[in-house]
Amino acid sequence: MLKYELVVVGGGPAGLSAAVEAYEQGVRKILILERDKELGGILNQCIHNGFGLHRFKEELTGPEYSRRYIDMLDETTIEILKETMVLEISETKVVRAISAERGYMEIEAEAIVFSMGCRERTRGAIQLQGDRPSGVFTAGTAQRFINMEGYMPGKRVVILGSGDIGLIMARRMTLEGAKVEAVCELMPYSNGLTRNIVQCLEDYDIPLMLSHTVVKVHGKSRVEGVTIAKVDENLRPIPETFQRIDCDTVLLSVGLIPENEITQNAGIMVDTRTNGPKVGELRQTEMPGVFACGNVVHVHDLVDFVSEEGALSGLGVAKYLKGELETASNFTTANGDGIGYVVPQTVTMSNVDDQVTFYMRVRSVYDRHIVRAYQGDTLVAEKKERKFLPAEMVNFKIKKDVLANLGDGEIRFVVEEV
Amino acid sequence: MLDVCIIGGGVIGTAISRELSRYQLQVRLVEKNEDVGTETTKANSGIVHGGYDAKHGSLKGFFSAKGNAMYPQLEEELHFGYRQTGSFVVAFNETQEIELDRLLENGTKNGARGLSIISGDEAREMEPHLSKSITKALLCATAGVTSPYELAVALAENAVKNGVEFSFHTEVNGVEKTDDHFVLHTNQGPIEAKIVINAAGLYADRVSAMIGEDNFTITPRQGQYVLLDKDQSFMTDTVIFQAPENGSKGVLVTPTVHHNILVGPNSDYIDEKGDVATTSEVISRIMEAGRKSIDAINTRKVIRSFAGNRATSSKHDFSIGETAVKGFVNVAGIESPGLTSAPAIAVHVADILKEMGVEMVADPNFDPTRKAYQRIAGMSGSELKNLIAEDPAYGRVICRCETISEGEIVDAIHRGLPITSVDAVKRRTRAGMGRCQGGFCAPRVMEIISRETGLSMEEIEKQGKGSYLLTKRTKDALERGGQDA
Repeated sequence: MLKYELVVVGGGPAGLSAAVEAYEQGVRKILILERDKELGGILNQCIHNGFGLHRFKEELTGPEYSRRYIDMLDETTIEILKETMVLEISETKVVRAISAERGYMEIEAEAIVFSMGCRERTRGAIQLQGDRPSGVFTAGTAQRFINMEGYMPGKRVVILGSGDIGLIMARRMTLEGAKVEAVCELMPYSNGLTRNIVQCLEDYDIPLMLSHTVVKVHGKSRVEGVTIAKVDENLRPIPETFQRIDCDTVLLSVGLIPENEITQNAGIMVDTRTNGPKVGELRQTEMPGVFACGNVVHVHDLVDFVSEEGALSGLGVAKYLKGELETASNFTTANGDGIGYVVPQTVTMSNVDDQVTFYMRVRSVYDRHIVRAYQGDTLVAEKKERKFLPAEMVNFKIKKDVLANLGDGEIRFVVEEV
Repeated sequence: MLDVCIIGGGVIGTAISRELSRYQLQVRLVEKNEDVGTETTKANSGIVHGGYDAKHGSLKGFFSAKGNAMYPQLEEELHFGYRQTGSFVVAFNETQEIELDRLLENGTKNGARGLSIISGDEAREMEPHLSKSITKALLCATAGVTSPYELAVALAENAVKNGVEFSFHTEVNGVEKTDDHFVLHTNQGPIEAKIVINAAGLYADRVSAMIGEDNFTITPRQGQYVLLDKDQSFMTDTVIFQAPENGSKGVLVTPTVHHNILVGPNSDYIDEKGDVATTSEVISRIMEAGRKSIDAINTRKVIRSFAGNRATSSKHDFSIGETAVKGFVNVAGIESPGLTSAPAIAVHVADILKEMGVEMVADPNFDPTRKAYQRIAGMSGSELKNLIAEDPAYGRVICRCETISEGEIVDAIHRGLPITSVDAVKRRTRAGMGRCQGGFCAPRVMEIISRETGLSMEEIEKQGKGSYLLTKRTKDALERGGQDA
């Protein structure tokens, strides 16, 4: 049987960063398993720029960003198997995988990093009714067709959902000669980054219709149009506002779901708030020696933070292999008013260097608010922003010495008025 | 000149084609769509009924009990996917309990096997997620689930193997009777046949009227469904019907043969035979009704909703037999339990042909078997090792959600029926049937179809005529040497 100190499942930005960091921390026998033909994951189809502002202090395209990591990888002895699919991971950390080249493999791993990323929510998941013709694509699938396969999926487009991929694709399809009729967003605010709304919609005069949804798809063979509607405060379509838009293509940008089938099959429970495994400060899961990072833990909006999380798990792996990873946690985190989730879900102080970054998302748009961390009634720390948006992940850093003043227990994060 | 031309490639037409392929007959099946099983056959409950429900004395009752008994052997021969799960008809009150007694009596008369009435607690012991308000249930041990479109494909592939020809994209627009044969006028030119079998499903009334037999009509009766993620399979592995009440049959909650959970259908007459749109009103009605049986049904676990139309005849029973026009056989009005009945109906149609005086000589080369797919999902390590060593394409996973390999997709494309669409591959292999609904694998499935069939990416369709997926190359101007610029 093949044996490795670390097996990384998924060679996207999270996995690459985890592997590189683990290597830098002295782990030597590392294997990355990647199901696609190339490393880099979804970055390969993200040919627009805007990646790396935090991590590399410059604007890179997706492939350029992953190239940076692949170059770092080339300096190491980390091994890579591409076009290799992990089928299952046993409780004893034996990885079962297959590839055309190597056939069936069983790999014994001392530590494992899960970095499988996420997938897009589909038409079925959002219960979009009407006909079921061709021409309804998730935005990411359309992006792959255009940027990687070199084909246009349509000419006249309505986009449902204002997630970042949808916004990017509005611009991309326009540049390739398609007409984007509208971007409909169910919520009264966009789910994309502000810079994408400006650069992808406003610059091209593409209307963003907030509080609007698609209620019906028309067309027997290929999409011929959609009926859209304004929604009321309970998000229910208002019949008087029904309006038909002719189009041949509907793109869906209605959210992402961490891909945790392998995680769950390994017996690791998934947190219903994040749809990812519960993790500690170094992204350790409840299963000893198994770590998770990136979009498989929770959906990020910037790859820079995916890399950051990957590095945390790489550090965690190194500590674990040296027997230095403390398991008993001091704190659990909780989402109070206005907060959807908090990652990490647990913190073990002796594993913390200098500070802990708590990632979280707010549930709604908050102007002139503040996010505060409490233990019981005691205020622990606070995070100010000009505005909190559900689309923009909050990075709430708390210094170790601040946490050290607290007794063990729960830390609760809440949004409060200023 | 053909001996027999079958109109319609649903589960009935394909079952008849396979049955007739046992004999030395020249048979062709014509289908207006791009593949078999693309209309009613692909969108129904997928239940192999116990045969207790359809009224005793009706053709439905006779053929469903008989068809049910034929499934185990058919599965052994053709490997399309069938499981005997058993079914419950559940009652919530005394009125419905009386219905259970009536069904038991009716079923016994029909010759249905494995029937008994059990208490609500006994039912919950077998399926713990059943609602606490269920008071009694009719258990039918011989009921099961199947994959109707895979059955149609399997029947058709086996028929092809035994010499039946299939013509797709072939729509019959008129039928002419000459002295001793028929001329079918189709969009692909005339077809001559001694005997015509009308298995045109929703359109069987129109086809029948072409020869002057217009004594029945087929009205589409819509059924919308909701399909839940496989991780919901804990809910039930038994088909759960609700006892009828006030003329309503309730909805069913059933495992599919591939371990998803299916909830539905409604039963509403609609105007247009081809209208398979879903509506949010009906879908929420179905979900609510399904929760009466199992309250754990979770809207967040929906992966797809779809609709199909049943071919409901104005005669309210199957119409099977030679018409007043000699040589023209109708197999019409085959609505539920038509899927269950299909194998028995096919045998019966062969008998009808014999009675009509057709010379039916058994073909000594008839092979009733169809090779099973080598599905890598669930294979053991040593099985995978051997298979991938033999054909490395089985080591390339194309559909991640359902773990479908390139080897399976290539196999599906080369089984004797032409493959031109992504959905044809999906129905055969399940690539794209999982929770991402083809988001990741559709581009790769298209590449494989293109490579294996020579169709260009733009020619590959989702589901038949006009359902193109891609419009053009992005950089075609560059490829033409920048002449547009």
